[in-house]
Amino acid sequence: MKYDVIIIGAGVTGSAVARELSRYRLKAAVLEKEEDVCSGTSKANSGIAHAGFDAESGTLMAKLNVEGNQMMEALSRELDFPFRRNGSLVLCFSEEDRPKLRTLYERGVKNGVAGLRILEKEEVKAMEPNISDEVEAALYAPTGGIVCPFGLTIALAENACTNGVEFYFDTQVTDIQRADDGWKVVAGETVYETRFVVNAAGVYADVFHNMVSARKIHITPRKGEYCLLDKTTGNFVSHTIFQLPGKYGKGVLVSPTVHGNTLVGPTATDIEEKEGTNTTQAGLSEVREKAARSVKNLPMNQVITSFAGLRAHEDGGEFIIGEPGDAPGFIDCAGIESPGLTSAPAVGKMVAGIIAGKLQPERNPDFDGTRKGILNPAALSKEERAALIKEKPAYGTIVCRCERITEGEIIDAVTRPLGAKSLDGVKRRTRAGMGRCQSGFCSPRTMEIIARERKIPMEQVTKSGGGSGIILGTNKDRL
Amino acid sequence: MRQYDIVIIGGGPAGLAAALEAKKSGGQRILILERDRELGGILNQCIHNGFGLHTFKEELTGPEYAARFIEQVEKEQIEYLLNTMVLDISPEKVVTAMNREEGLFEIQAGAVILAMGCRERSRGALNIPGYRPAGVFSAGTAQRLVNMEGFLPGREVVILGSGDIGLIMARRMTLEGAKVKVVAELLPYSGGLKRNIVQCLDDYGIPLKLSHTVVDIQGKERVTGVTLAKVDENRRPITGTEEFYSCDTLLLSCGLIPENELSREMGVVMNPVTSGPVVNESLETSIPGVFACGNVLHVHDLVDFVSQEAASAGRHAAAYVAAEKSGEAAASSITVKPQGGVRYTVPSILRPQRMEEEQILRFRVGDVYKNHYVSMYLNGERLAHRKRPVMAPGEMEELKLKREQLLGCPAGSELIVTIEEA
Repeated sequence: MKYDVIIIGAGVTGSAVARELSRYRLKAAVLEKEEDVCSGTSKANSGIAHAGFDAESGTLMAKLNVEGNQMMEALSRELDFPFRRNGSLVLCFSEEDRPKLRTLYERGVKNGVAGLRILEKEEVKAMEPNISDEVEAALYAPTGGIVCPFGLTIALAENACTNGVEFYFDTQVTDIQRADDGWKVVAGETVYETRFVVNAAGVYADVFHNMVSARKIHITPRKGEYCLLDKTTGNFVSHTIFQLPGKYGKGVLVSPTVHGNTLVGPTATDIEEKEGTNTTQAGLSEVREKAARSVKNLPMNQVITSFAGLRAHEDGGEFIIGEPGDAPGFIDCAGIESPGLTSAPAVGKMVAGIIAGKLQPERNPDFDGTRKGILNPAALSKEERAALIKEKPAYGTIVCRCERITEGEIIDAVTRPLGAKSLDGVKRRTRAGMGRCQSGFCSPRTMEIIARERKIPMEQVTKSGGGSGIILGTNKDRL
Repeated sequence: MRQYDIVIIGGGPAGLAAALEAKKSGGQRILILERDRELGGILNQCIHNGFGLHTFKEELTGPEYAARFIEQVEKEQIEYLLNTMVLDISPEKVVTAMNREEGLFEIQAGAVILAMGCRERSRGALNIPGYRPAGVFSAGTAQRLVNMEGFLPGREVVILGSGDIGLIMARRMTLEGAKVKVVAELLPYSGGLKRNIVQCLDDYGIPLKLSHTVVDIQGKERVTGVTLAKVDENRRPITGTEEFYSCDTLLLSCGLIPENELSREMGVVMNPVTSGPVVNESLETSIPGVFACGNVLHVHDLVDFVSQEAASAGRHAAAYVAAEKSGEAAASSITVKPQGGVRYTVPSILRPQRMEEEQILRFRVGDVYKNHYVSMYLNGERLAHRKRPVMAPGEMEELKLKREQLLGCPAGSELIVTIEEA
């Protein structure tokens, strides 16, 4: 198999690169070790479109953050994913810390962040009634936003797919070898010959980089634990509330999500294990304690789930994008930690630009940059909804009672390009199972729909591919 | 818009009993809305026996118990819609619902009976740390897979929580060929019925570890094991007591939560202790003509009492519809105050004029009490003083009140229900 570009990793970065490359007449494929897109770092993060005042001025991180933030709105319309510019606040709790707030403000201005203002206590309290009484001042960034990380990643990947990029799942790259005219990317038994490799492998990006380059890099998985609160808390805060950043990043935030939950987290703990996405007693307690500094009476009894994600932190603390110098045709997207989600659209553009500059490909005349997301019946008027059910009765059956997701939406999620294969796949696309009962009621129904639509037996339906089967046998089968 | 005198939200045991009794009490134009594929609710997956001892004086399985009610509903020609989800109820009692056949539609109800039941507390709400692999199920989800679909969700099982569903599932999984290694309970006592501990654990040699909880879940794709630890009196895990159990499945039976999203959205006043609506003697919520019964009101242990309570709601709803037509005036009320170990009472407001001859007050205690008295005081005067050998949080208690005991007491009166030492 000969390709122009092989992208390793179907996270938000890989998917953004894939979509940008699909604007050209190129044979490109994405290789993903998991069963679905958005299964690593991209699936477990804060879902924030950062304004861009955190990264040091002049860094790639600062530049791509601001660019990505600016692109997000138009992209959300083109690709139909949830995004909202809710604005963010960085809280300062003491007079001594004011200079730090000032530094952040000045850095933001230098980075090109529009509309930054320092607010005094009263103004902050007027904007956010539940904010801590300890607050002294805050940096307000009106361009800060919230985005659904699944929505963004899936939309990018789907659009890349419909524009001709191939996706191979359950495909773990085991080796990369230099070839005459590029590279041989080995995934088990299969060898993909390609002119370019894009390394968008998240916490594994160092492994692939170090296979081809003598200039070694090192990525530390930096774990962040979160708690997600029920939608009943949807109005607890309306802006994304940060505290002044520390050595390990932006600290614990309290934010609404685009779907109306409240998200609290993350912690920041450096670990060794690249799949170490377990939550810990200590981490969850830390989230609770630190959030209590920002806001009053956070209803932690409304937690519906907790999770952990891994930031791909490179030792240099900067995005590494481009050819390593001693490996032409191998393009890194390494060290993509926060603000990686925000930056992804800009990273995609940058990487596609590098490749297009070298290959000088023709434009893809059939490229269609728009994509319709899964229809959300709740957004329709009563009349429209009635008409929809008449035409497609599956939209009249609620499967997930907590999020009120219909069978029609689940069928759409399973049957569309790069459709869902597992319970988690359906959940990330439709929110079925993401509500307060955490799939207790709907999982057997959703499994039935997946089995029916994909024509597989119930026993083969998994939570998230691989060995994550849900049913292990039938009653009395071993008696 | 379609019009019904009484619309019942939910066709489980509460909804069925409420509908039948409403009909018997003269109610006309009654409609049951059920979101699942069949009537009977959770009883359909409760294939064990032990239901109906109070109601029918015989031991039935869940589906048998439900069938008795469903047969009567059919015979009485009470209307019902299946696969129908209620999306909204307005304070004016306009019910918005949806199904495949009729799409989105509205019904104007004269009275509404809330009978939506409850859901299980999830792993997320319990904040159990660890990985998030396949193999972590709420006990009820596993029960559905096993009992209704014939699928075995696991072979080596640890159960957290000794609520009744957890105990029942310990036995069921064993009978279907799985190995249940242990049942862990956070509290120093079980939340389930005594008879279930004996019949579901003791009879099968399954150990019950009180004051224990799960502190870690291992396994990236499928559960490979869980770590249990002993907890102190503040329910915090004690370091050094961790014990690893290899297993492929963790079942959670850690409490039930009334499903009151519709009630809250319509503005019904809620009781934070029960997570159900505040109701008066008629089981009527803060919105006149909106009644509640069964597990949506407060979580029950025995379906017989659900049926009994729901029948009362049905009777009162029929009376409300009839009275509204005749324009009967509202009555003054007595507040019921739980004290000294009594966590709550249902109802918590009594209007003597509206009470039936005999009124049942249901309540739960917050701890295990042996040889204590349940007492009732009306404006300081003792009305009842009854000795109970054992009371536990896992078993609902009840008191009976006569209407004549309360008639004529002044407005603003207080009825205190409390636990007293011998």
